[in-house]
Amino acid sequence: MSGAVTLIVDDEAQIRRFLRVSLEANGYTVREVVTGKDALSEAAILRPDLIILDLGLPDMDGLEVLRRLREWSSTPIIVLSVKGQDRDKIAALDAGADDYVTKPFSVQELLARLRVALRHAHPETDEAPIFQTGDVSVDFTRRMVTKAGEAVKLTPTEYALLRLMIQNVGKVLTHKQILREVWGKEYEEEVHYLRVYITQLRHKLEAEATRPELIITEPGVGYRLVAKT
Amino acid sequence: MQNNHRTVLKIYLGMASGVGKTFAMLDSARGAIVSGVDVVIGYVDTHGRAETKALLDGMEIIPCQSLYYQGETLQEMDLDAILARKPQLVLVDELAHTNAPGSRHPKRYQDVMELLDNGISVWTTVNVQHFDSRADAAQTITGIPVQERVPDSILELADKLELIDLSPEDLRARLNEGKVYTGDQVKTDTFFRIGNLTALREMALRLTAERVDHQLQDYRQIKQITSTWKSAERLMVAVSPSPLSERLIRWTRRMAYNLEAPWIAVNVETAQSLSPANKERLVRNLALARELGAEVVTTIGSDVIDGLIRVAHQRNVTQIVAGKPAHSPLEGFLRGGSIVNRLIEKSGDIDVYIVTGDQPESTAPRTLVPAVERHSSLPLYMIAVTIVALVTAFSIFLSPILEYQAIGLIELVAVLLIAAYLGRGPAILAAAVSAVSWGFLFIPPTFTFTTMNIEDYILLGLYFVIALFVGNFTAKIRQQEQQARHYAERTLALYTLTRQTSTAINMDDVLRSAASEIGRVFNAQVAMFLSLPNNMLALEPHNCNTLRITEKDFSIAKWAYESGKSAGRFTNTLAQSDATFLPLITSGGTVGVLGIKTLANTWLSRDEETLLETFARHIALVIEREMLDEAAQKAAMLEASEQFATSLLNSISHEFRTPIAAIAGASSSLIDPRMSDAAKVDLVEDIQDAADRLNWLVGNLLDMTRLEAGRLTPKFEWCDVSDLVGSTLHRMGDRLDGRPLTINMPPDLPLLEMDFGLMEQVIANLLYNAVKYTPTGTPIEINAAIEENALCIRVTDHGGGIAPQDIDRVFEKFYRVPGVAAGGTGLGLSIAKGFVEAHGGTISVANLTSGGAEFTIRLPIKAQPPPAQESKL
Repeated sequence: MSGAVTLIVDDEAQIRRFLRVSLEANGYTVREVVTGKDALSEAAILRPDLIILDLGLPDMDGLEVLRRLREWSSTPIIVLSVKGQDRDKIAALDAGADDYVTKPFSVQELLARLRVALRHAHPETDEAPIFQTGDVSVDFTRRMVTKAGEAVKLTPTEYALLRLMIQNVGKVLTHKQILREVWGKEYEEEVHYLRVYITQLRHKLEAEATRPELIITEPGVGYRLVAKT
Repeated sequence: MQNNHRTVLKIYLGMASGVGKTFAMLDSARGAIVSGVDVVIGYVDTHGRAETKALLDGMEIIPCQSLYYQGETLQEMDLDAILARKPQLVLVDELAHTNAPGSRHPKRYQDVMELLDNGISVWTTVNVQHFDSRADAAQTITGIPVQERVPDSILELADKLELIDLSPEDLRARLNEGKVYTGDQVKTDTFFRIGNLTALREMALRLTAERVDHQLQDYRQIKQITSTWKSAERLMVAVSPSPLSERLIRWTRRMAYNLEAPWIAVNVETAQSLSPANKERLVRNLALARELGAEVVTTIGSDVIDGLIRVAHQRNVTQIVAGKPAHSPLEGFLRGGSIVNRLIEKSGDIDVYIVTGDQPESTAPRTLVPAVERHSSLPLYMIAVTIVALVTAFSIFLSPILEYQAIGLIELVAVLLIAAYLGRGPAILAAAVSAVSWGFLFIPPTFTFTTMNIEDYILLGLYFVIALFVGNFTAKIRQQEQQARHYAERTLALYTLTRQTSTAINMDDVLRSAASEIGRVFNAQVAMFLSLPNNMLALEPHNCNTLRITEKDFSIAKWAYESGKSAGRFTNTLAQSDATFLPLITSGGTVGVLGIKTLANTWLSRDEETLLETFARHIALVIEREMLDEAAQKAAMLEASEQFATSLLNSISHEFRTPIAAIAGASSSLIDPRMSDAAKVDLVEDIQDAADRLNWLVGNLLDMTRLEAGRLTPKFEWCDVSDLVGSTLHRMGDRLDGRPLTINMPPDLPLLEMDFGLMEQVIANLLYNAVKYTPTGTPIEINAAIEENALCIRVTDHGGGIAPQDIDRVFEKFYRVPGVAAGGTGLGLSIAKGFVEAHGGTISVANLTSGGAEFTIRLPIKAQPPPAQESKL
């Protein structure tokens, strides 16, 4: 979506500058704020299409800003974090952030995240009946999965898992989110269920299960299904 | 107590109320204020006298605190307020006053001592009859009991003693003018008789004169003037639970004071158990002696006299003071001679003073039977009678073939055995029963007592003699046994404490075992407070406490800590508490406080108290040892971390400069307009590479810091090894330099518990290491398998291997194989090792015979993964 209004919340001038230059070059309209307080008021006035939020802010906790935004807004929010803050990342995602990038990151990586977030915020159709990536295709109407033209037999759980990930293609899903959606709220902590079923799915769908290209592990956080373009 | 030289205690002494002590004190205080001394009034009672009141004008008065006691409001000096105000000098009227219950100290003179301890000078007033050594005499003279007393030792603390003298006639005159507040009129008339006043005046004058004498002697000593010095004298007083002891103690103290001699108060603890009332009286007597300045010695012995003489010889005592107990001559005989006579007999060249008690019978119940036998309760007597009955029955059976005198001997043997095994009481009973049964059943004509000849009487007498002597002997042996057991228990308790605390590995352990030992030995609840590095007492007791600590308890503990004295229950300070608090003192200072509350809710015997003190000293030492140990460890850690920081700086400064130089150079070239587009792309790629490398470096440093800080706790969760490897490869991306990779792992590897992030870093570091140290294009293999209940992950390269001299050192921090140009901090492998070890695993390296190095990670499998189930949604 070209011309999307993006609010950048970061207290480091260098980061803001490079984000502004890169985003404007890609057709985004950029607005910058430095503090969490300004972020909250600016988001209310500007009604941006996207928010890029740094978790380490000078005046208040980035997570708190996120929570307050989510009280009234469903604007996609991409969180900027640093390595070793897995807990913050998960907390941010569980609190409603759409995705995250870890500093240092490349502009390409960020743009990809932004695009995914915008797409999920404004789905073109309700749900495409057929999903296709590489040699894997999923027909939702017929509940059929094929790989290189051959039918792949999935268990109901594997299918539910795959379907959830396709619905959120390109977007990270935390362990908790997946477990809640596929198994139910009381299974939120059973990460090993997920490991077992993801491995099974990979064996069935990936070209090389040990070097996955479809279902990517986000260490300590969750999984992301990446569509080949 | 510490005698702070900057503080001064001045006592205004009078013979009676109304001589003008308060007036004189206030008058001098005004003089002091004029010369710039910071004076406050802690407590002054003007008794409504106008001229005294006038002196208070313009002086700072610390308001009294109100204490509510049994519905009454009592005004008491506010000690804490004075301590907080910290003046140079405080005026405290009526030194002998008894504080209201709920005050910190029971007596005002103790408040004064605390003020002095805290560096505040005190001026105070007191009448002569209140001094401990004079109170009895004053009571005798005036006939009015003296209830409020102060120890004479406070006189020794006094720097100045000012006698406010007034002739008895003048005092009477003042009294008649109504200038003296007196309260009860009847008492006044009795007390203020001219005769009484003259005697009291003399007493006051004498007290002052004695002091002047002493000051003179002190002066002589200081100036090293040889004088008729009598310090060779050394007094000892025997202390018992008897109320007479109190008099003895006062008497000895007076004599010691006059002789300028040290004195010892000795209690000999025998196996004889004391009634609670006696125990309490003994403790009080010993406390009195201590208060009056005696060195208190408790010794254990089976015999009081032997114990006294032993201590006397050990301490070179020259004079012994003992009381003359009011025993009857028979009692004296049965106890093995009069105590007094035996003492005089055994004392040798030591003078013995016998002070007669004029209260003939102490309130302590006396019995002829020693304590040990009092314990020989009914069952023993019943056994004795049963034995006699059996022997008698047996004898009846034998009587046809034996002479009645032989039967008498058989019964004698029975009495002997009973005396030997059951003690004196049962033996006497057995003797009596045997005598009767023998006389009645066996001496012919049987069933009468009439025809006994002289031999029979002798035999009967022997029954009792044997019962008594053998019984006594048995009792003695019992006593010794009991004492031996007692000693053994004590030694064992101390040994157990020593052993437990010496094997303790840290402070927590020490305190825990000490607390449980004390709790066990004294049957008490215990809490321990430690001293903090800033010399404050910890606000909370150590978590090993079994004693619940209230806010009030804490303030008592704090007081004990700060003053270095015991406080709380059964002490003179803050006695309203439930628990007693002992400071834990070493030569280095106070390291903490021990709080103890016996479950029986009675205080310990002298013996137990000594043991507790020994415990406290020992614990204090162990705590000090631990504290020093911790400090040493901290210092060592600090040194190690400093060393680490230095090596780190040396190692990384170069590694950081290289990529920074690349970024700076490339970005400055980019600005150059003549640069071709293709060259620009190259430069940008250089910048990206350099940034990547910096990021990697920072990551390494952070990991190493986490390891060094010892704060690394893996977050274990079930992980899939193929996922782990795949994720690592995905993340490394270009860093793999396009090396051909072979991954071998069985498809059925189970889930394993590990920290995904950490293990990913381990494999990444191994791969990066392989990429860095092997020629471009050579393949790398990753193998994973379960071997011997462990997960083995192997990273194998096909380079030149590691030189034998380096192979043992590659996991060391900052170690880089010499002669290799590639950059790195020398941390990657040591981080990998640290992370693997945090998982409880091992990492090793070996050269392959075919060339190349193989790193092996071995993670033990601790548990089987739980089954995963299909969704039910």
